[in-house]
Amino acid sequence: MMHLPILPILLPLLAGIVLLLLRPLGVKVQRMVSFGAGFALLMLAVLLFDASLSGQRQVYVLGNWSAPFGIVLVFDQLAALMLLVTAVLAVGALWYAIVTETDAQGRHFHVLFQMQLFGLNGAFLTGDAFNLFVFFEVLLLASYSLLLHGGGAKRTVAGLHYVVVNLVGSTVFLFALGALYGALGTLNIADMAVKVAALPAKREGLVMAAGLLLLVVFGLKAALFPLYLWLPAAYANTSAPVAALFAVMTKVGVYAIIRVHGTVFGAEAGNLAYFYAPWLLGLGLVTLLLAALGVMAAFQLRVQVAYLVLASVATLLIAVGLQSQAALAAGLYYLVHSTLLAGGMFLLADLIVRGRGDYADRFDPGMQMPHYQLLGGVFLLAAMAAVGLPPLSGFFGKVWILQAALPHPWHWVVLATVLLGSMLLLIALARSGSVLFYKVKAKPDAADPVITETIPAFGLSMVAVLWLLAAVPLLVVLANPVSAVMERVAAQVLDVSGYQSAVFAPAVGGK
Amino acid sequence: MELLIALSIGVLVACGVYLVLRASTFPVVMGLTLLSYATNLFLFAMGRLAIGVPAVIRPDATVYADPLPQALVLTAIVIAFGMTAFAIVLALKARGETGSDHVDGEVDS
Repeated sequence: MMHLPILPILLPLLAGIVLLLLRPLGVKVQRMVSFGAGFALLMLAVLLFDASLSGQRQVYVLGNWSAPFGIVLVFDQLAALMLLVTAVLAVGALWYAIVTETDAQGRHFHVLFQMQLFGLNGAFLTGDAFNLFVFFEVLLLASYSLLLHGGGAKRTVAGLHYVVVNLVGSTVFLFALGALYGALGTLNIADMAVKVAALPAKREGLVMAAGLLLLVVFGLKAALFPLYLWLPAAYANTSAPVAALFAVMTKVGVYAIIRVHGTVFGAEAGNLAYFYAPWLLGLGLVTLLLAALGVMAAFQLRVQVAYLVLASVATLLIAVGLQSQAALAAGLYYLVHSTLLAGGMFLLADLIVRGRGDYADRFDPGMQMPHYQLLGGVFLLAAMAAVGLPPLSGFFGKVWILQAALPHPWHWVVLATVLLGSMLLLIALARSGSVLFYKVKAKPDAADPVITETIPAFGLSMVAVLWLLAAVPLLVVLANPVSAVMERVAAQVLDVSGYQSAVFAPAVGGK
Repeated sequence: MELLIALSIGVLVACGVYLVLRASTFPVVMGLTLLSYATNLFLFAMGRLAIGVPAVIRPDATVYADPLPQALVLTAIVIAFGMTAFAIVLALKARGETGSDHVDGEVDS
């Protein structure tokens, strides 16, 4: 079992290579293999999550080059949690792509999907900053191609912006890493924390600048103000399963901030301890307000859901910026809820698009769509969860974050912003729900297009939506054990010295 | 030498940023390339500048250059090359689908 930590990286990589070779056998075989690999990854993630609950960190030393000279994979509860959320989301998105035949709109959908998972899992597991950069590039390159999958001029232009912005981001990432290496002489995250703790005063400014440069990069990935302008266009113009999978992409940025900044500039970093937190909190509050305004102003459901993703990421960044264990635990609970909810909402939006014919997801009164009772009911529940109304998980997450914010000196600002943002979300989603489901025309005008009577593969598509949205009631029913687990995860993340001693322990395995 | 390296990195970044902010796709790709060159130089300089010093262990050597930044630069070059190729293909695709090389896909009126 000592090779467990590397399996989530190897499985999608091998699956991707095999899928590339299987292309001559047709898309049906590819689907079976790809979904099988996705399901195996889910099983593996569950197994790993169960193994991580013991609180034991596992360090996998690649090629037996012990830290800080070689690259290590660090498997702890936070990594296990991220792997599990990603695997659940991936299975839902993959199922939807297969039943709606989105994967047949272009070549190599499944290969790219597996490569995206390979990059994501690697980014969650690595314990080395430069290796994190490499895995970022892997997941970004896969995401560029997935974003463009299926084509169309609007998608291409949105993709071009996304690619250029992220390439500039990668450049800044390298500058930040270079400056950190020049100042600290290491790129192993645990070792960087040791070096920062013993930093001479004259180097502090340089390391601080490099740390903030890194925050710019991760903020770009997490769509933090003012670097979020690429997100709505990219997410609203891509195909539904890809948008659903991308719900976890912004969370990679949040994860990187928690892992890298939380470890390197953690409680033991002397003068640099948590110096980034005020930036994160302030920008997170601004992002939340702008995201709420974006939700209000959206003309299309898909754009609205993209702004909802932005609002949830902003809430998460606020939770991280509060720099307390309770806030981090609340943020992790909210992360699980918001990622799976956003994925489900993108798929639901796509079903609504397919049910409304030429009206698509514009907020104009259209004809009654097929299955409107079920779609409307699910939309109502999803919207309630997204706004944070009781009794659903969004409410629990937000209340927990606000409770954790009370000891913080800025708590009035945080409370006011989060509550105001929730109110704006409530108004906007109530409006879109009523336009989509209540204000239907009795009979089409002569100029109106013919409305589809059925949505193809509706039942099977709905399975994927419900699979992702099932997290919302489950997180409420299991709120007590889940919140206890999140507390433990947050405690382990903040335990920097434990992280260091695990990494620098004598190597095991990985021959 | 330090001043020369610093100036070249600065000039490359300035040109790169200027080109990335242009409205046509070709200068943007050129700008990304210049930015990645600047990054490579910067990473290389972070291992401290030394002339004629081996990076690999030799019995007669007393001073060594830091080999890690050189490995990082190699990785960065490969990644930047792949990304540039992708960006060029995407720019061509956008040109073909929108009928203009404007980054927003607008046709000049």
